[in-house]
Amino acid sequence: MNTEFQIFPDAASTAAGKVDALYLFMVVLSAVLSVFVAGLVTYLAIRYRRANNVNREHVDHGNTIEYIAMAISFPILMGIFLWGAKVCFFLFRAPEQAMPITVVAKQWMWKFQHADGRREIDTLHIPTGQPVKLTMVSQDVIHSFFVPAFRTKQDVLPGRYTSVWFEATQPGEYRLYCAEYCGTNHSRMIGKVIVQSPEDFARWMAGDAASDEPPAETGRNLFEQYQCGTCHRPANEEGARGPTLEGLFQSRVPLAGGQTVVADETYMRESILRPAQKQVAGYQQIMPTYEGQVSEEGVMHLIAYIKTLGAPAATKPAAAPAPGSPAATEPAAPATEPTVDTPTAAPATEDNAANESEGNAP
Amino acid sequence: MTGEIASTTALPNPEREPKNYLNAAWTVRSWLLTVDHKRIGLLYLAGITFFFLLGGAAAGLFRLELMTPQSDLMESETYNKLFTLHGIIMIFFFLVPGIPGVLGNFLIPIMIGARDMAFPKLNLMSWYLFMIGGCFTLYVTVAGGVDTGWTFYTPYSSTYSNTYVMATAVGIFITGFSSILTGLNFIVTVHKMRCPGMTWFRLPLFVWANYATALIMVLGTPVLAITILLVALERGLKIGIFDPRLGGDPVLFQHLFWFYSHPAVYIMVLPAMGVISELVAAFSRNRIFGYKLVAFASLAIAVLGFLVWGHHMFVSGQSLYAGMVFSVLSMLIAIPSAIKVFNWTLTLWRGEVTFSTPMLYSIGFLGLFTIGGLTGLFLATLGIDVHVHDTYFVVAHFHYVMVGGTVMAYLGGIHYWWPKMTGRMYPEGWARFSAVLVFVGFNLTFFPQFILGYLGMPRRYHVYDEGFQVLNVMSTAGASILGIAYLFPITYLIWSLKYGPKAPANPWNAVGLEWMTSSPPPTENFTETPVVDFEAYEYHRNAADSHG
Repeated sequence: MNTEFQIFPDAASTAAGKVDALYLFMVVLSAVLSVFVAGLVTYLAIRYRRANNVNREHVDHGNTIEYIAMAISFPILMGIFLWGAKVCFFLFRAPEQAMPITVVAKQWMWKFQHADGRREIDTLHIPTGQPVKLTMVSQDVIHSFFVPAFRTKQDVLPGRYTSVWFEATQPGEYRLYCAEYCGTNHSRMIGKVIVQSPEDFARWMAGDAASDEPPAETGRNLFEQYQCGTCHRPANEEGARGPTLEGLFQSRVPLAGGQTVVADETYMRESILRPAQKQVAGYQQIMPTYEGQVSEEGVMHLIAYIKTLGAPAATKPAAAPAPGSPAATEPAAPATEPTVDTPTAAPATEDNAANESEGNAP
Repeated sequence: MTGEIASTTALPNPEREPKNYLNAAWTVRSWLLTVDHKRIGLLYLAGITFFFLLGGAAAGLFRLELMTPQSDLMESETYNKLFTLHGIIMIFFFLVPGIPGVLGNFLIPIMIGARDMAFPKLNLMSWYLFMIGGCFTLYVTVAGGVDTGWTFYTPYSSTYSNTYVMATAVGIFITGFSSILTGLNFIVTVHKMRCPGMTWFRLPLFVWANYATALIMVLGTPVLAITILLVALERGLKIGIFDPRLGGDPVLFQHLFWFYSHPAVYIMVLPAMGVISELVAAFSRNRIFGYKLVAFASLAIAVLGFLVWGHHMFVSGQSLYAGMVFSVLSMLIAIPSAIKVFNWTLTLWRGEVTFSTPMLYSIGFLGLFTIGGLTGLFLATLGIDVHVHDTYFVVAHFHYVMVGGTVMAYLGGIHYWWPKMTGRMYPEGWARFSAVLVFVGFNLTFFPQFILGYLGMPRRYHVYDEGFQVLNVMSTAGASILGIAYLFPITYLIWSLKYGPKAPANPWNAVGLEWMTSSPPPTENFTETPVVDFEAYEYHRNAADSHG
């Protein structure tokens, strides 16, 4: 992990090959053009040096040469742009079934939580062959999640969720850096990503995961502590002064102003912390602000719990498939897609089952 | 040494110490209250040289620290303050005011056959604003420093940093007005003060480049001033603009900041391109290949430069589609820059090339700016930028443009016009040696940083992984060479003021109005208003006249 002299970085993700191919193409193109310019300057400077007796007759020329140069360079530039955009779409568009992990960054620390509750600090374990999607937020200033071996990077902002995804290909330890200057110990805000084979990862997950409460469970406790359910209940029930949260995630919410908004994590975060920002149509703004009262982790836990309220029990698979698999711990995935991918481990089965049953029968 | 130089460069000077702008008055007051654009140019020269040395010293210190992966010489706090100081001083107090302030002020009125700037007193005020802003920065340096980086990203700068952000912001705010007023002066001067016969397409390309720069200064700098003001409001009065805890948006700051600071890159590099056009023409004894396209390329760069700021923000959380627009526009801006490099190179064709110091700097510029420009394409390419953003790749890229481009051109220009500005020749041997040394030191410093960047070493890292050390040691070694190489010109140019051979009016046998008046020029520039009946860079007619 970057302790020995290298001139090219490790490549350990499905994106690495794509980025490297584009990069090496650009290196070759640049080398050719640089050598061309340097060669032309040298040749002309020597040939037309004062001491050399050559034809210096002045010829008036138009701008044909420049126009030809422009005509050649334009399609090349557009080609580079399109290739770059294509790679970027790959880098920024997470596959649907990516394993969710939440990240809270702060000066000068990375806090991770797996979907089954397992927490890590400055170290992140992930399996090979499994797309992983990080939902990230900062507690203070802007940070940036950067793993060179994965060739990807995303700023981590305060006040807003950003996400990054990758699929590791090579087991090993890879350096994680904060890439956005964040204060005194910026250069010490580093960590490592430990990529393991699915079997090793499953074994690691089974280790002492029980000690960490699943996020939806913590969220449910917070939900009760703040008595959110007093107001947020189905509209036909008594005392339903706030919109119901069942089936909220990824649904389209009509707002008071006439617009609609998709209830993603960012919307839910904003509505918890600053409810007045986007007022749901048909309700009065009576909810107090929770800004400063709930930590970023707490908000993530609440969101994880609210997501479990998403699916009516009927459409749930009878038996939890692939217990402990990453996707199974996020029942918020569209309910019409009950299947989950790549069974990896079997920890926290009870927790998940408990979440779901409780979540579905509030 | 002196004798050799004298014998090769000292041409007979027909006049005996005529009155010129330097010996017109000797009092301190005559300098500090001068409204002569030439003297103001020299005032800028003194100011920016001082700041260049200060910014360079900061870089020297942190490069020394980066010899090893651990923290040895200094704490992280000190390291962070040093790179911040380096960035702020070099950008706001050296690169932005550098070429326009020194060479632009000195040359533009002479090149267009005017007696002075359109607003001479405003011009002096620009210098004072620059110095007052500089004093704030000096105060910050002495009082304890600032650690936000020159980019001042919020909410770190507006809420979290415990350093002298406000004083620094005030300094940059004030200096910004110096920039705006200089730009205003240039625009009006070029529009209204051209002498009879000096049509727009007879202007030297240095004037075109500074004119384009002035447009950016006037249009862009106010946005910087507003942005800094907003940061100060948030920091001082807790008005929520950028900090999400106060209801603000931290990415908004980046949009505002780069809306100025990307065009500012062109404030720094366009005047350098203007210098290179003059030097390449003079030492190839040829009209600049495709003169009009080079002039229009400056304007195209100035306009397009305002539309590419989002390429600093591909990973900031900005929409991917916005990123695509900025990526395309950033690709397009490569075209006018490439045209310029192409045209400077082809100016050598059928020229009569000599290799005096200014030409060595120009050739160095061509090589380094080409690499700087091409690596800019890497950064404009979305898929690559995600990986190299905020790494040493970016650091290497902008130093190739800013130092390999602007500083090389600045040094070349200072040597070229030194005889005109001071009436003295510099020692050619030393100067050539220094030019080569600068080139070598520069490449050794910054080329390894491209490799470091792709390896993933983030910028602004005080301690780093051991695997990065070899390349960092190379970089520091190069920086030592570069540092020494910069001290040579400072030394021998000062030496030449007293001991340099007297310069003739036109030591390079170059064309252009500045070479048609004495060295140094009289206070009023020309004894009688020149009338221009020749094109720019008319070397062929000039050659026919002088040889025929």
